[in-house]
Amino acid sequence: MNMKVKPNTNLLDVKGMKIHFHSSEGVAKAVDGISFHLDRGEVLGIVGESGCGKSVTAKSIMRLIPTPPGKIAAGQIIFDGTDLLKLSIQQMRRIRGNRIAMIFQEPMTSLNPVFTIGDQISEMFILHRGLRRKQALEQAVEMLAKVQIPEPCKRSREYPHQLSGGMRQRAMIAMALACDPQILIADEPTTALDVTIQAQIIDLMLQLKEDFHTSIIMITHDLGVIAEIAQTVAVMYAGKIVEQAPAVDLFDRASHPYTQGLLKSIPKLGRRAAKGRCDLSEIPGIVPSLYRLPQGCSFYPRCEKAHAVCNSLMPDLHSVSEHHRVRCWLYADKGKRKD
Amino acid sequence: MFVFIIRRLIQCVIVLLTVSLLCFILFQFAGDPVVNMAGKYATIEDIERVRSSLGLDKPFYVQYIRFIGNAAQGNFGMSYVSKMPTLELILERLPATVELAMTAMCIAFIAGVFLGVLVSLKPHSVFSRSIMALSLGGISIPTFLMGILLIMVFAVWLGVLPPFGRGETVNLGFWRSGLITVEGLKHIILPAMTLAMFQLAVLLRLTRGSMREILTEEYVVTAWAKGLPPLKVIFKHALRNALIPVITIAGLQIGEMIAFSIVTETIFQWPGMGNLLVRSIFETDNPVLVTYIMLAALIILAINLVVDILYAYLNPKIRYE
Ligand SMILES: Nc1ncnc2c1ncn2[C@@H]1O[C@H](COP(=O)(O)OP(=O)(O)O)[C@@H](O)[C@H]1O
Ligand code: SF4
Ligand SMILES: [Mg+2]
Repeated sequence: MNMKVKPNTNLLDVKGMKIHFHSSEGVAKAVDGISFHLDRGEVLGIVGESGCGKSVTAKSIMRLIPTPPGKIAAGQIIFDGTDLLKLSIQQMRRIRGNRIAMIFQEPMTSLNPVFTIGDQISEMFILHRGLRRKQALEQAVEMLAKVQIPEPCKRSREYPHQLSGGMRQRAMIAMALACDPQILIADEPTTALDVTIQAQIIDLMLQLKEDFHTSIIMITHDLGVIAEIAQTVAVMYAGKIVEQAPAVDLFDRASHPYTQGLLKSIPKLGRRAAKGRCDLSEIPGIVPSLYRLPQGCSFYPRCEKAHAVCNSLMPDLHSVSEHHRVRCWLYADKGKRKD
Repeated sequence: MFVFIIRRLIQCVIVLLTVSLLCFILFQFAGDPVVNMAGKYATIEDIERVRSSLGLDKPFYVQYIRFIGNAAQGNFGMSYVSKMPTLELILERLPATVELAMTAMCIAFIAGVFLGVLVSLKPHSVFSRSIMALSLGGISIPTFLMGILLIMVFAVWLGVLPPFGRGETVNLGFWRSGLITVEGLKHIILPAMTLAMFQLAVLLRLTRGSMREILTEEYVVTAWAKGLPPLKVIFKHALRNALIPVITIAGLQIGEMIAFSIVTETIFQWPGMGNLLVRSIFETDNPVLVTYIMLAALIILAINLVVDILYAYLNPKIRYE
C-alpha cells in the first residue's frame, strides 16, 4: 500500500459500483451503478428507506459482501489512490479495521458475546500494531476512556451483555477508532438506541471526528441524523442514488419527489424532535421488490408528480446546481442530458 | 457458582436414590437367583437356607434400607456367582470401558467438530455434500453392523488391526491401562471407531448447523471488518460460540458411550464393564447388575455436572447470573 498523501484528491472515490445478488428468484441489483466521493475530514450521509442498498454499499467498500450470493458486478473503489477491488485478500485485510473501520446498527449483536470488551478492542492493537497482549489491553482501556465510558478499566473486563446499548455502541466506536482509521463507516449506528442516547452518540462521533481527523460515511434512514452530522448527502432509492447535494442545499432545496417526501416526514428540521426517530413510512406505498423493479423511474409507483415518460424510461442524474444532482425527469434539461 | 454446585449435588443424591429404588423394585420381579444358586438337586430347605443366608427372606423395605446403608459405605454386596464384592468386580473392569469410551469420545469430538467446521464453510461443495451423506450413514448404520464392517475391512481383508481383545496392558497401581502399549493402542482403534461413529456423525451435523448460523451473525462480520485472518475469525470468534450447544451434547454423549459400549464390547470381546453386565444378566447376578446401574448413574451424573460447569465457563451470560 502506498501511503502517499495527495492533498487535493478525494480520500475515497466510488465509481459506477454495481452489486448483484443471485437467488432462485433471479438477480437482485441491490446497488445499481452508484458513484460518490468522500473528502478528507468530510462527513458523507447516505440516506434512504430500509432495503434500498445502504448496508450493501457500506459492506462493499470493506469487501464484506458474502459471495455467493453477492457479487460486485462492476465499478471501482479508489481509496487513497488504490482500487480496493483489485487488492488481494491479504492486502485488503491490512486495510480493514486499520485504515477503514466500520460500526454496525445493532450494538447488541455486533460485539462477540463470549469475549470481554477489553479483549475485543485489544485484538485491534495486537493485529494492526503488533502490540503484546498486556500493552494492547492498556490501550484498549485508554480507548474506552476516550469514548467516555465511565470506569473504563472495570468495563474492559466485562462482557457485552453486562453493558447497556449505548455503552456497547461506545465500545464499538472505541474498537473502530482504535487504529486511527482514515474512514469510519457507520451503518445506522444510532437506529437501535433511545433518542437521548442517539444524541449522545452523535455528539461523541462529531467530537471524535475532530480528535482523530477521521472522515465518516454515515448511513441512516433518519434525515434528522444527517442534518446534525453530514456535510454532503446522497439519497438512495432502490439501489440508485436519486439525489446528491451538500447538506445545506438538500435541506433548502430538496428536488427529488422522494427526498421531498422524506423531508415532510420530519417534524422539525435540524433537531431530532421529541417525537424521536422518524420512520420514513409516511411516504405512501412501499419500496418495490428488487426482483420486480418498474421499467422506468423506480419511484414511479409512489410518485405524486409522475408523468408519462417516467413509466417507460429511467431518468439520469441531472444537475440543478454545481454540486446538486437529481435523478428525475422534472429536471431534465435537454441541453445537459447525456444519454 | 458455589450455590449452583451445591444445588446440583443435592439433585444428584436424589437421582441416585430414585435409581436405586427403581433397581430394587425391578429386581424383585426379575427371576429368583436362589433357585439357580442352590443347584438343580436342592431341597426346599436348602433353598430356604440360601435365601436367608443372603438376607433375601427379609421384607422388601428392610432389604432396601440395608442396601442403601451398605452402599453409602461403598459396600454393594457380593456377586452371587463369583462370591466377590461386586464393586471390586466392576471396578476391575472400569478402566477398560473408560479408556474405550474416552478414546471414542476424543475421536468423535475432534473429528466431528473439525469436519463440521469444514463443511459449514463451503456447504455446497462436493466435499461437503459427500461428508454429509457419509454422516447420514454414520447415524443410521447400527453399531454391531459398523463393528462387523470394520472387522471385515481392517482385520480380515487388510489384516492390519486385531479383531478382538484389549492387547497388552500395564498395571499402574489402581488402573490397568492399555493406552500406553503399542499392542494396546492397536487393539483399541477398531472398537473405539465403532463406538465413535454414531456420535461423530451427530457432533458433525450439530457443529455444522451451529456454525452455519453463527457465521451469519453480526459479530462475525465485525470480526472480518477488523481485518482478522480467516483462522482467527472462524476458530476464535465463530467456533467458540458455535461450540456452546455442541459441548452440552458431547457431555451427554459420554454417558451414552458408556451405555452403548455394551454392544461394542460384546463384538470385540473387550474386557470391560459392558461385557460383565451381559454375562451377569444371563446369570441373574442381581447384585452385580444393581452395582453396575448405580455406578453408571453416578458416572453420568458426575459428567453432567462437569459439562454444566464447562458450559458456564464457555457462556459468560450463564456465568454471571
Ligand atoms: N445476503 C444477501 N442475500 C441476498 N440479497 C441480499 C443480501 N444482502 C442484501 N441483499 C439485497 O440487497 C438489498 C439491500 O439490502 P441492504 O443494503 O441491507 O438495505 P439497507 O438499505 O436497509 O441497508 C436487500 O433488499 C436485498 O434484496
Ligand atoms: S422521474 Fe417521474 S416518477 Fe420519477 S421521481 Fe421524477 S417525477 Fe417522479
Ligand atoms: Mg441496513
